Amino acid sequence: MAEMRRVTAICNGTAIDHIPSGHALQLLKMLRLDVGRSNPISLVMNVPSGKMGRKDVLKIEDRELNQEELDRLALIAPKASVAIIRNYAVAEKRRIDLGEELVNIARCSFSNCITQNPNEPLPHRLRVISAEPLEIRCAYCGRGQDVDEVADYIL
Amino acid sequence: MADLITMDDLTNEEIVELLDTAQRLLPVAKGDVYAPLLQGKVLGNLFFENSTRTRMSFETAMKRLGGEVLNLSSIGSSVAKGETLYDTMQMVNGYSDIAVIRHPRQGAAQYSADAVEIPILNAGDGAGNHPTQTMLDLFTIREAHGTLEGLNVMLVGDLRFGRTTHSLSHALVRFGATLMLVSPKSLRMPAEIVSDLRARGKDVTETENLSAEINSADVIYMTRIQKERFPDEDEYTKVAGTYKLTAGDLDGAKGSMIVMHPLPRVNELCASVDSTKHARYFEQAFNGVPTRMALLCRSLGIKVPKKVA
Ligand SMILES: [Zn+2]
Repeated sequence: MAEMRRVTAICNGTAIDHIPSGHALQLLKMLRLDVGRSNPISLVMNVPSGKMGRKDVLKIEDRELNQEELDRLALIAPKASVAIIRNYAVAEKRRIDLGEELVNIARCSFSNCITQNPNEPLPHRLRVISAEPLEIRCAYCGRGQDVDEVADYIL
Repeated sequence: MADLITMDDLTNEEIVELLDTAQRLLPVAKGDVYAPLLQGKVLGNLFFENSTRTRMSFETAMKRLGGEVLNLSSIGSSVAKGETLYDTMQMVNGYSDIAVIRHPRQGAAQYSADAVEIPILNAGDGAGNHPTQTMLDLFTIREAHGTLEGLNVMLVGDLRFGRTTHSLSHALVRFGATLMLVSPKSLRMPAEIVSDLRARGKDVTETENLSAEINSADVIYMTRIQKERFPDEDEYTKVAGTYKLTAGDLDGAKGSMIVMHPLPRVNELCASVDSTKHARYFEQAFNGVPTRMALLCRSLGIKVPKKVA
């Protein structure tokens, strides 16, 4: 393997590869692993990649991310590859699925949307209009969401 | 569920069918014939924002069809005490068979539809949609021209904040209209709407000049420049008097051309137009009754007989 190993292998946990360069910290935020006492995390940013030019890689120890958690990542890293690691080996490969609607993953950014009232109990729903290029709209007010800013509105 | 939140909830065939139904209901709307098709049904009329025409025409439509109306005004109610829209809708769900909602927040109608079982009709959500207004506008246009197909339509005034023109322009291009958008630079139709309209494949022209195309228009749709949308008085004054349509401006217009306005008007539409054969705005306001009758029947699953007697 030509690529230099920049992060040591983990014994158990989740490895997320092929994250668009510079977005690994946003991913941690979306996974709510950026605060408090979370598991040990290794993070590599801006490493050369044959496929993508440059990429980020995340390894989260002792934690297997479930599908619902992974689907959150579709907004930022729809093409990331995910491996569940058990005893230093890839036990499972998982895919990230954008789906048709993002329910309670991010909120609508429009200041006059009905969902701006934090007391309203119905889920936040963003509808996927197109996957490539990514186009999403609030299912209530219909406003298009700025894909570059969507990480700021993660719930 | 027979909600009506945006015009996308209706196909072109459904629109035409609803206009046909509205036409059959005209004598009922005028009070010449009594047809209690909605007897025993209760409409919840929920206006979280002021409205005269829309609220009253829904009320008349329901009552002329033998139904009952509950009016909720937000002032002094539990809404003013901070109740969520979700909770308010649960109450309405228990008290009525169908609800009409106008709300200052965009998305409120879809949110209500998700919150309850009863059908919801959107009567305006923020700067979003106002599909029942669009239906009465289409009815008025079809009454005058006999068709919705291939007309030259000028939309004039505040095309930026005016939700009426947003819904209407979407509907018109679906029927192959050619649109001329006339507005001051600062009140142009939002770019994403214009690109949506162009994507439908018809001509959309934007201009600041009202007089240029009057003679080729089949419909001139005037709108008020809304003072309440401007953050300061100066900005409003700059554009307020931009357009003033007078009877004299219509000298070279096609005989069949109609002038419409969702009302209320300020000074963009002179009283001198009222007495011309082109004026159609008072009739347009009345047309809210038969079209809303047709929409109420549709949402409540009531079939309107071919002959209403
Ligand atoms: Zn929204």
